[in-house]
Amino acid sequence: MTSIRVLVGTKKGAFVLRSNANRAKWEVDGPFFAGWEVYHMKGSPEDPDRIYASQSSGWFGQIVQRSDDGGKTWFQPGFNPDSHRDSEPTTNPEGMPLTESNKFAYDIIGKPLTTHQWYDGTQHPWEFKRVWHMEPSITNADIVYAGVEDAAIFKSTDGGISWQELSGLRGHRTGSLWMPGAGGMAVHTIIEDQNNPQRIFIAISAAGVFRTDDGGKTWKPINKGLSSQYIPDPNAEVGHCVHRIAMHPSRPEVLFMQKHWDVMRSDDAGESWHEISGNLPSDFGFVVDIHAHEPNTVYVIPIKSDSEHFPPEGKLRVYRSRKGGNEWEALTKGLPQKDCYVNILRDAMCVDTLDPCGIYFGTTGGQVYASSDGGDSWNAIVQNLPSVCSVEVQAIP
Amino acid sequence: MIRVALPFHLRNLAKVGSEVQLEITGEVTLQSILDTIEVRYPMLAGTMRDHITKQRRPFLRFFACGEDFSHSSPDTRLPDKVISGEEPFLVIGAVAGG
Repeated sequence: MTSIRVLVGTKKGAFVLRSNANRAKWEVDGPFFAGWEVYHMKGSPEDPDRIYASQSSGWFGQIVQRSDDGGKTWFQPGFNPDSHRDSEPTTNPEGMPLTESNKFAYDIIGKPLTTHQWYDGTQHPWEFKRVWHMEPSITNADIVYAGVEDAAIFKSTDGGISWQELSGLRGHRTGSLWMPGAGGMAVHTIIEDQNNPQRIFIAISAAGVFRTDDGGKTWKPINKGLSSQYIPDPNAEVGHCVHRIAMHPSRPEVLFMQKHWDVMRSDDAGESWHEISGNLPSDFGFVVDIHAHEPNTVYVIPIKSDSEHFPPEGKLRVYRSRKGGNEWEALTKGLPQKDCYVNILRDAMCVDTLDPCGIYFGTTGGQVYASSDGGDSWNAIVQNLPSVCSVEVQAIP
Repeated sequence: MIRVALPFHLRNLAKVGSEVQLEITGEVTLQSILDTIEVRYPMLAGTMRDHITKQRRPFLRFFACGEDFSHSSPDTRLPDKVISGEEPFLVIGAVAGG
Protein backbone atom coordinates (compact mmCIF):
# COMPACT_ATOMS: atom_id res chain seq x y z
CA MET A 1 0.00 0.00 0.00
CA THR A 2 1.24 3.45 -0.84
CA SER A 3 2.67 5.44 2.04
CA ILE A 4 3.13 9.17 2.29
CA ARG A 5 6.15 10.95 3.71
CA VAL A 6 6.16 14.68 4.35
CA LEU A 7 9.55 16.33 4.84
CA VAL A 8 9.39 19.48 6.95
CA GLY A 9 12.32 21.87 7.35
CA THR A 10 12.05 24.37 10.20
CA LYS A 11 14.01 27.11 11.90
CA LYS A 12 15.07 24.65 14.59
CA GLY A 13 15.41 21.28 12.92
CA ALA A 14 13.81 18.81 10.51
CA PHE A 15 10.80 16.56 10.88
CA VAL A 16 9.49 13.60 8.90
CA LEU A 17 5.73 12.98 8.96
CA ARG A 18 4.42 9.59 7.87
CA SER A 19 0.98 8.33 6.91
CA ASN A 20 -0.72 5.86 4.61
CA ALA A 21 -2.70 6.64 1.46
CA ASN A 22 -5.70 7.69 3.53
CA ARG A 23 -3.63 10.59 4.88
CA ALA A 24 -5.77 10.68 8.03
CA LYS A 25 -3.36 9.71 10.83
CA TRP A 26 0.19 10.95 10.99
CA GLU A 27 3.32 10.00 12.90
CA VAL A 28 5.95 12.64 13.57
CA ASP A 29 9.67 11.79 13.64
CA GLY A 30 12.20 14.36 14.74
CA PRO A 31 13.56 16.80 15.40
CA PHE A 32 16.58 15.92 13.32
CA PHE A 33 19.50 18.40 13.49
CA ALA A 34 17.83 20.05 16.48
CA GLY A 35 18.70 23.68 16.90
CA TRP A 36 19.84 24.14 13.28
CA GLU A 37 17.93 25.88 10.51
CA VAL A 38 16.77 23.45 7.84
CA TYR A 39 15.86 25.58 4.87
CA HIS A 40 14.94 22.65 2.67
CA MET A 41 14.94 18.88 2.35
CA LYS A 42 13.85 16.88 -0.67
CA GLY A 43 13.81 13.26 -1.79
CA SER A 44 15.14 11.88 -5.04
CA PRO A 45 12.43 11.03 -7.60
CA GLU A 46 14.65 8.20 -8.79
CA ASP A 47 15.28 6.74 -5.31
CA PRO A 48 12.73 8.07 -2.80
CA ASP A 49 14.70 6.80 0.19
CA ARG A 50 17.55 9.13 -0.80
CA ILE A 51 16.82 12.49 0.81
CA TYR A 52 19.02 15.58 0.84
CA ALA A 53 18.77 18.25 3.54
CA SER A 54 20.28 21.69 3.94
CA GLN A 55 21.29 22.29 7.57
CA SER A 56 22.73 25.68 8.46
CA SER A 57 23.57 27.91 11.37
CA GLY A 58 24.72 31.45 11.90
CA TRP A 59 27.40 30.05 14.18
CA PHE A 60 28.72 27.05 12.27
CA GLY A 61 27.85 27.64 8.61
CA GLN A 62 26.50 25.15 6.10
CA ILE A 63 26.14 21.38 6.50
CA VAL A 64 24.71 19.01 3.90
CA GLN A 65 22.90 15.97 5.27
CA ARG A 66 21.77 12.88 3.42
CA SER A 67 19.56 9.97 4.29
CA ASP A 68 19.56 6.70 2.35
CA ASP A 69 16.77 5.11 4.36
CA GLY A 70 13.87 7.48 3.92
CA GLY A 71 14.78 9.90 6.69
CA LYS A 72 15.34 7.45 9.54
CA THR A 73 19.10 8.06 9.77
CA TRP A 74 21.27 10.85 8.40
CA PHE A 75 24.92 11.51 7.65
CA GLN A 76 27.12 14.07 5.97
CA PRO A 77 27.73 12.71 2.45
CA GLY A 78 31.04 10.98 2.16
CA PHE A 79 31.56 10.59 5.88
CA ASN A 80 31.08 7.25 7.39
CA PRO A 81 28.91 7.94 10.45
CA ASP A 82 31.62 6.33 12.58
CA SER A 83 34.56 7.87 10.77
CA HIS A 84 36.13 9.20 13.95
CA ARG A 85 37.26 5.71 14.75
CA ASP A 86 40.96 5.17 14.29
CA SER A 87 40.41 2.17 12.02
CA GLU A 88 38.64 4.27 9.40
CA PRO A 89 40.77 6.81 7.60
CA THR A 90 39.27 10.25 7.16
CA THR A 91 41.98 11.75 4.99
CA ASN A 92 43.74 10.95 1.78
CA PRO A 93 47.49 10.17 1.66
CA GLU A 94 48.21 13.90 1.41
CA GLY A 95 46.42 14.46 4.70
CA MET A 96 43.43 16.26 3.19
CA PRO A 97 39.85 15.46 4.19
CA LEU A 98 38.28 12.80 2.03
CA THR A 99 35.17 14.81 1.33
CA GLU A 100 34.06 18.40 1.24
CA SER A 101 30.31 18.02 1.35
CA ASN A 102 29.78 21.41 2.99
CA LYS A 103 32.21 23.32 0.75
CA PHE A 104 30.51 25.64 -1.74
CA ALA A 105 33.34 27.48 -3.44
CA TYR A 106 32.39 30.00 -6.09
CA ASP A 107 34.14 29.39 -9.38
CA ILE A 108 36.82 32.05 -9.71
CA ILE A 109 38.42 30.52 -12.80
CA GLY A 110 35.64 29.81 -15.29
CA LYS A 111 33.65 32.95 -14.55
CA PRO A 112 35.69 35.21 -12.31
CA LEU A 113 32.82 37.47 -11.35
CA THR A 114 33.45 38.59 -7.80
CA THR A 115 30.97 41.36 -7.05
CA HIS A 116 27.27 42.14 -7.34
CA GLN A 117 25.24 45.23 -6.62
CA TRP A 118 24.72 46.15 -2.97
CA TYR A 119 21.82 48.08 -1.46
CA ASP A 120 23.62 51.39 -1.82
CA GLY A 121 24.42 50.79 -5.48
CA THR A 122 28.07 49.95 -4.91
CA GLN A 123 29.57 46.61 -5.82
CA HIS A 124 29.81 43.99 -3.05
CA PRO A 125 31.83 40.76 -2.91
CA TRP A 126 29.98 37.53 -3.61
CA GLU A 127 29.84 35.61 -0.31
CA PHE A 128 28.42 32.14 0.28
CA LYS A 129 25.91 32.12 3.13
CA ARG A 130 23.70 29.03 2.93
CA VAL A 131 21.86 26.54 0.74
CA TRP A 132 18.24 27.56 0.30
CA HIS A 133 17.04 24.76 -1.93
CA MET A 134 18.04 21.18 -2.76
CA GLU A 135 16.80 19.74 -6.05
CA PRO A 136 17.64 16.07 -6.63
CA SER A 137 17.82 15.15 -10.31
CA ILE A 138 14.78 13.50 -11.85
CA THR A 139 16.86 10.68 -13.32
CA ASN A 140 19.87 10.06 -11.08
CA ALA A 141 19.86 9.96 -7.27
CA ASP A 142 23.54 10.92 -7.10
CA ILE A 143 22.96 14.13 -9.03
CA VAL A 144 21.59 17.00 -6.98
CA TYR A 145 21.46 20.75 -7.48
CA ALA A 146 21.77 23.32 -4.70
CA GLY A 147 20.43 26.86 -4.93
CA VAL A 148 22.47 29.07 -2.63
CA GLU A 149 22.75 32.54 -1.15
CA ASP A 150 24.52 34.66 -2.48
CA ALA A 151 22.76 33.62 -5.65
CA ALA A 152 24.39 30.72 -7.48
CA ILE A 153 23.63 27.16 -8.47
CA PHE A 154 25.88 24.25 -7.55
CA LYS A 155 25.76 20.67 -8.80
CA SER A 156 26.91 17.47 -7.19
CA THR A 157 27.30 14.29 -9.22
CA ASP A 158 28.47 12.13 -6.32
CA GLY A 159 25.55 12.21 -3.95
CA GLY A 160 26.48 15.46 -2.26
CA ILE A 161 30.09 14.56 -1.44
CA SER A 162 31.45 17.46 -3.48
CA TRP A 163 29.94 20.47 -5.24
CA GLN A 164 30.82 22.43 -8.35
CA GLU A 165 29.30 25.74 -9.32
CA LEU A 166 27.46 26.08 -12.65
CA SER A 167 29.09 29.45 -12.96
CA GLY A 168 27.49 30.42 -16.24
CA LEU A 169 24.52 31.61 -14.21
CA ARG A 170 26.35 33.95 -11.87
CA GLY A 171 28.64 34.88 -14.73
CA HIS A 172 25.79 36.07 -16.92
CA ARG A 173 26.51 39.61 -18.11
CA THR A 174 23.78 40.91 -15.79
CA GLY A 175 25.33 39.31 -12.69
CA SER A 176 26.92 42.49 -11.44
CA LEU A 177 23.46 44.13 -11.51
CA TRP A 178 21.77 41.58 -9.25
CA MET A 179 20.85 42.94 -5.86
CA PRO A 180 19.58 41.26 -2.69
CA GLY A 181 16.03 41.82 -1.49
CA ALA A 182 15.21 42.13 2.20
CA GLY A 183 15.51 38.36 2.57
CA GLY A 184 18.86 38.09 0.85
CA MET A 185 19.87 37.16 -2.68
CA ALA A 186 19.42 33.48 -3.32
CA VAL A 187 18.58 30.86 -5.91
CA HIS A 188 15.44 29.47 -4.29
CA THR A 189 13.72 27.56 -7.09
CA ILE A 190 15.21 24.93 -9.40
CA ILE A 191 13.01 23.07 -11.89
CA GLU A 192 14.25 20.43 -14.31
CA ASP A 193 12.29 19.85 -17.50
CA GLN A 194 11.86 16.08 -17.59
CA ASN A 195 11.14 16.21 -21.32
CA ASN A 196 14.38 18.02 -22.04
CA PRO A 197 17.31 17.10 -19.80
CA GLN A 198 19.29 20.12 -21.01
CA ARG A 199 16.67 22.59 -19.81
CA ILE A 200 16.54 23.91 -16.23
CA PHE A 201 14.64 26.89 -14.83
CA ILE A 202 15.83 28.75 -11.74
CA ALA A 203 14.54 31.79 -9.87
CA ILE A 204 16.43 34.35 -7.82
CA SER A 205 15.24 36.95 -5.36
CA ALA A 206 15.70 39.66 -6.43
CA ALA A 207 17.01 39.10 -9.94
CA GLY A 208 14.30 37.08 -11.67
CA VAL A 209 13.93 33.85 -13.62
CA PHE A 210 16.67 32.30 -15.74
CA ARG A 211 16.68 29.31 -18.08
CA THR A 212 19.43 27.12 -19.42
CA ASP A 213 19.00 25.01 -22.54
CA ASP A 214 22.45 23.47 -22.45
CA GLY A 215 22.54 21.71 -19.09
CA GLY A 216 23.69 24.72 -17.10
CA LYS A 217 26.57 26.07 -19.18
CA THR A 218 24.78 29.23 -20.26
CA TRP A 219 21.69 30.96 -18.93
CA LYS A 220 19.31 33.61 -20.17
CA PRO A 221 17.04 35.86 -18.12
CA ILE A 222 13.37 35.23 -18.98
CA ASN A 223 11.53 38.09 -17.33
CA LYS A 224 9.72 39.78 -20.21
CA GLY A 225 6.29 40.94 -19.09
CA LEU A 226 7.16 41.20 -15.41
CA SER A 227 6.43 44.58 -13.91
CA SER A 228 7.86 45.70 -10.58
CA GLN A 229 6.87 48.99 -8.98
CA TYR A 230 10.35 49.72 -7.73
CA ILE A 231 11.99 49.31 -11.14
CA PRO A 232 11.50 52.37 -13.33
CA ASP A 233 12.46 50.57 -16.54
CA PRO A 234 9.32 48.68 -17.71
CA ASN A 235 11.50 46.37 -19.76
CA ALA A 236 14.11 45.62 -17.09
CA GLU A 237 15.90 42.41 -17.96
CA VAL A 238 16.66 41.59 -14.30
CA GLY A 239 15.87 42.93 -10.85
CA HIS A 240 12.48 41.29 -10.36
CA CYS A 241 11.66 39.77 -6.98
CA VAL A 242 10.32 36.40 -8.08
CA HIS A 243 9.18 34.39 -5.07
CA ARG A 244 8.41 31.05 -6.67
CA ILE A 245 7.73 29.36 -9.99
CA ALA A 246 5.95 26.06 -10.68
CA MET A 247 5.68 23.76 -13.68
CA HIS A 248 3.52 20.69 -14.32
CA PRO A 249 5.66 17.91 -15.80
CA SER A 250 3.11 17.19 -18.54
CA ARG A 251 3.17 20.77 -19.78
CA PRO A 252 6.72 22.07 -19.47
CA GLU A 253 6.14 25.18 -21.55
CA VAL A 254 3.60 26.52 -19.03
CA LEU A 255 4.99 28.17 -15.90
CA PHE A 256 3.17 29.80 -13.02
CA MET A 257 4.82 32.42 -10.83
CA GLN A 258 4.16 34.09 -7.51
CA LYS A 259 6.07 37.34 -7.70
CA HIS A 260 6.58 39.83 -4.87
CA TRP A 261 3.40 41.33 -6.21
CA ASP A 262 1.44 39.70 -9.06
CA VAL A 263 0.66 36.11 -9.89
CA MET A 264 1.96 35.48 -13.40
CA ARG A 265 1.80 32.84 -16.12
CA SER A 266 3.96 31.99 -19.11
CA ASP A 267 2.84 29.76 -21.97
CA ASP A 268 6.16 29.79 -23.80
CA ALA A 269 8.69 28.46 -21.31
CA GLY A 270 9.26 31.86 -19.77
CA GLU A 271 9.82 33.84 -22.96
CA SER A 272 6.93 36.09 -21.94
CA TRP A 273 4.68 36.48 -18.91
CA HIS A 274 1.19 37.80 -18.30
CA GLU A 275 -0.67 38.53 -15.09
CA ILE A 276 -3.35 36.14 -13.79
CA SER A 277 -3.97 37.65 -10.33
CA GLY A 278 -7.66 38.19 -11.18
CA ASN A 279 -9.90 38.30 -8.12
CA LEU A 280 -7.31 37.38 -5.48
CA PRO A 281 -7.65 39.45 -2.26
CA SER A 282 -3.90 40.14 -2.44
CA ASP A 283 -1.59 39.38 -5.31
CA PHE A 284 1.36 39.19 -2.92
CA GLY A 285 2.48 35.82 -1.60
CA PHE A 286 5.29 33.33 -1.64
CA VAL A 287 4.02 29.90 -2.73
CA VAL A 288 2.49 28.63 -5.95
CA ASP A 289 1.88 25.01 -6.91
CA ILE A 290 -0.07 22.91 -9.41
CA HIS A 291 -2.47 19.98 -8.98
CA ALA A 292 -0.72 16.70 -9.77
CA HIS A 293 -3.35 15.53 -12.28
CA GLU A 294 -4.91 18.78 -13.47
CA PRO A 295 -2.22 20.99 -15.01
CA ASN A 296 -4.58 23.96 -15.19
CA THR A 297 -5.46 23.85 -11.47
CA VAL A 298 -3.21 26.21 -9.54
CA TYR A 299 -2.90 27.03 -5.83
CA VAL A 300 -1.61 30.20 -4.12
CA ILE A 301 -1.90 31.60 -0.61
CA PRO A 302 -2.42 35.38 -0.68
CA ILE A 303 -0.49 37.34 1.92
CA LYS A 304 -0.87 40.96 2.95
CA SER A 305 2.07 43.17 2.18
CA ASP A 306 4.27 45.21 1.86
CA SER A 307 5.43 44.67 5.41
CA GLU A 308 2.71 42.70 7.23
CA HIS A 309 3.29 39.30 5.64
CA PHE A 310 0.26 37.59 7.12
CA PRO A 311 -3.09 36.54 5.58
CA PRO A 312 -5.53 39.36 4.70
CA GLU A 313 -8.16 39.89 7.42
CA GLY A 314 -6.50 37.26 9.61
CA LYS A 315 -8.14 34.53 7.48
CA LEU A 316 -5.91 31.72 6.24
CA ARG A 317 -7.17 30.94 2.76
CA VAL A 318 -5.74 28.87 -0.03
CA TYR A 319 -6.92 30.09 -3.41
CA ARG A 320 -7.49 27.66 -6.25
CA SER A 321 -7.94 28.41 -9.91
CA ARG A 322 -9.19 25.60 -12.10
CA LYS A 323 -8.75 27.72 -15.20
CA GLY A 324 -5.06 28.41 -15.05
CA GLY A 325 -5.49 31.76 -13.34
CA ASN A 326 -7.61 34.91 -13.25
CA GLU A 327 -10.63 33.21 -11.64
CA TRP A 328 -9.87 32.10 -8.09
CA GLU A 329 -11.96 30.45 -5.35
CA ALA A 330 -11.16 30.63 -1.65
CA LEU A 331 -10.60 27.29 0.09
CA THR A 332 -11.31 27.71 3.79
CA LYS A 333 -12.79 24.51 5.20
CA GLY A 334 -10.60 23.45 8.12
CA LEU A 335 -8.37 26.54 7.99
CA PRO A 336 -8.52 29.27 10.68
CA GLN A 337 -10.81 32.08 9.56
CA LYS A 338 -10.03 34.57 12.29
CA ASP A 339 -7.00 35.79 14.22
CA CYS A 340 -4.52 34.00 11.98
CA TYR A 341 -1.30 35.93 11.41
CA VAL A 342 1.20 33.40 10.10
CA ASN A 343 3.17 33.41 6.88
CA ILE A 344 3.82 30.63 4.38
CA LEU A 345 7.32 30.73 2.98
CA ARG A 346 8.21 30.02 -0.64
CA ASP A 347 9.32 26.39 -0.28
CA ALA A 348 6.51 25.49 2.12
CA MET A 349 3.84 24.19 -0.26
CA CYS A 350 3.76 20.94 -2.22
CA VAL A 351 1.42 18.38 -3.79
CA ASP A 352 1.46 14.59 -3.73
CA THR A 353 0.74 12.31 -6.69
CA LEU A 354 -2.17 10.33 -5.22
CA ASP A 355 -5.69 10.54 -6.56
CA PRO A 356 -7.34 12.59 -5.20
CA CYS A 357 -4.37 14.89 -5.08
CA GLY A 358 -2.99 15.90 -1.68
CA ILE A 359 -1.93 19.48 -1.01
CA TYR A 360 0.34 20.46 1.89
CA PHE A 361 1.68 23.69 3.32
CA GLY A 362 3.54 24.79 6.45
CA THR A 363 3.35 28.05 8.35
CA THR A 364 5.68 30.24 10.33
CA GLY A 365 3.45 29.37 13.30
CA GLY A 366 4.56 25.75 13.15
CA GLN A 367 1.45 24.15 11.65
CA VAL A 368 1.47 21.86 8.63
CA TYR A 369 -1.91 21.72 6.93
CA ALA A 370 -2.91 18.99 4.50
CA SER A 371 -5.79 18.41 2.15
CA SER A 372 -6.48 14.93 0.78
CA ASP A 373 -9.20 16.14 -1.59
CA GLY A 374 -7.49 18.63 -3.84
CA GLY A 375 -7.95 21.54 -1.44
CA ASP A 376 -11.68 21.24 -0.64
CA SER A 377 -10.97 20.60 3.04
CA TRP A 378 -7.94 20.87 5.31
CA ASN A 379 -6.53 19.46 8.53
CA ALA A 380 -3.54 20.44 10.61
CA ILE A 381 -1.48 17.26 10.56
CA VAL A 382 0.98 18.73 13.07
CA GLN A 383 0.44 21.91 15.06
CA ASN A 384 3.35 23.11 17.14
CA LEU A 385 6.57 22.76 15.24
CA PRO A 386 9.16 25.53 15.03
CA SER A 387 8.59 28.05 12.26
CA VAL A 388 8.30 26.07 9.01
CA CYS A 389 10.73 26.88 6.18
CA SER A 390 9.86 24.12 3.73
CA VAL A 391 7.48 21.24 3.05
CA GLU A 392 7.99 18.45 0.51
CA VAL A 393 5.99 15.27 0.07
CA GLN A 394 6.75 11.82 -1.29
CA ALA A 395 4.30 9.10 -2.28
CA ILE A 396 6.08 5.79 -1.73
CA PRO A 397 4.61 2.88 -3.73
CA MET B 1 48.25 15.35 24.08
CA ILE B 2 46.28 18.53 23.34
CA ARG B 3 42.78 18.72 24.78
CA VAL B 4 40.12 20.61 22.82
CA ALA B 5 36.63 21.37 24.13
CA LEU B 6 34.06 21.71 21.36
CA PRO B 7 30.61 23.33 21.52
CA PHE B 8 27.50 21.16 21.66
CA HIS B 9 26.59 21.25 17.98
CA LEU B 10 30.09 20.45 16.77
CA ARG B 11 30.34 17.56 19.23
CA ASN B 12 27.15 16.19 17.69
CA LEU B 13 28.46 16.54 14.15
CA ALA B 14 31.73 14.81 15.04
CA LYS B 15 29.98 12.30 17.31
CA VAL B 16 32.45 12.92 20.14
CA GLY B 17 32.24 13.77 23.81
CA SER B 18 32.86 17.13 25.44
CA GLU B 19 36.59 17.02 24.73
CA VAL B 20 38.75 15.56 21.99
CA GLN B 21 42.44 14.83 22.24
CA LEU B 22 44.88 15.66 19.49
CA GLU B 23 48.45 14.67 18.80
CA ILE B 24 50.29 17.59 17.24
CA THR B 25 53.87 17.40 16.07
CA GLY B 26 55.75 20.65 15.84
CA GLU B 27 54.67 24.05 17.06
CA VAL B 28 51.26 24.16 18.76
CA THR B 29 49.56 27.21 17.33
CA LEU B 30 46.01 28.34 16.69
CA GLN B 31 46.37 27.22 13.09
CA SER B 32 47.96 23.87 13.84
CA ILE B 33 45.18 23.02 16.29
CA LEU B 34 42.45 23.95 13.80
CA ASP B 35 44.24 22.17 10.96
CA THR B 36 44.55 19.04 13.07
CA ILE B 37 40.91 19.12 14.15
CA GLU B 38 39.80 19.40 10.51
CA VAL B 39 42.00 16.52 9.41
CA ARG B 40 40.99 14.34 12.34
CA TYR B 41 37.33 15.29 12.12
CA PRO B 42 36.78 16.36 8.51
CA MET B 43 33.05 16.78 9.05
CA LEU B 44 34.00 19.89 11.04
CA ALA B 45 35.89 21.51 8.16
CA GLY B 46 34.21 24.81 7.40
CA THR B 47 32.31 24.96 10.69
CA MET B 48 34.87 26.89 12.76
CA ARG B 49 36.46 28.89 9.97
CA ASP B 50 35.52 29.61 6.40
CA HIS B 51 36.49 26.92 3.90
CA ILE B 52 38.09 29.36 1.52
CA THR B 53 39.36 32.34 3.49
CA LYS B 54 40.17 30.44 6.71
CA GLN B 55 38.66 33.34 8.63
CA ARG B 56 37.15 32.47 12.01
CA ARG B 57 33.36 32.33 11.89
CA PRO B 58 32.09 35.54 13.47
CA PHE B 59 30.14 33.91 16.31
CA LEU B 60 32.89 31.52 17.39
CA ARG B 61 35.57 32.31 19.94
CA PHE B 62 38.84 30.61 20.87
CA PHE B 63 39.96 30.67 24.51
CA ALA B 64 42.78 29.07 26.47
CA CYS B 65 44.02 29.59 30.05
CA GLY B 66 41.65 32.50 30.58
CA GLU B 67 42.91 34.29 27.49
CA ASP B 68 40.96 35.18 24.35
CA PHE B 69 42.80 34.05 21.22
CA SER B 70 39.93 34.85 18.85
CA HIS B 71 41.69 37.79 17.28
CA SER B 72 45.21 36.37 17.46
CA SER B 73 47.33 35.62 14.46
CA PRO B 74 47.00 32.00 13.22
CA ASP B 75 50.67 31.36 14.05
CA THR B 76 50.31 32.45 17.66
CA ARG B 77 51.89 29.87 19.96
CA LEU B 78 49.44 28.59 22.55
CA PRO B 79 50.22 28.51 26.31
CA ASP B 80 52.39 25.75 27.77
CA LYS B 81 49.50 24.45 29.85
CA VAL B 82 47.54 23.77 26.63
CA ILE B 83 50.55 22.09 25.05
CA SER B 84 51.04 19.87 28.10
CA GLY B 85 47.35 18.99 28.25
CA GLU B 86 46.90 20.55 31.66
CA GLU B 87 44.36 23.05 30.28
CA PRO B 88 41.97 22.58 27.32
CA PHE B 89 41.77 24.76 24.25
CA LEU B 90 38.19 26.03 24.17
CA VAL B 91 36.06 26.55 21.03
CA ILE B 92 33.02 28.47 22.18
CA GLY B 93 29.86 29.50 20.39
CA ALA B 94 29.57 33.15 21.32
CA VAL B 95 26.40 34.45 22.91
CA ALA B 96 24.43 36.10 20.14
CA GLY B 97 20.89 37.29 20.15
CA GLY B 98 19.75 39.37 23.05
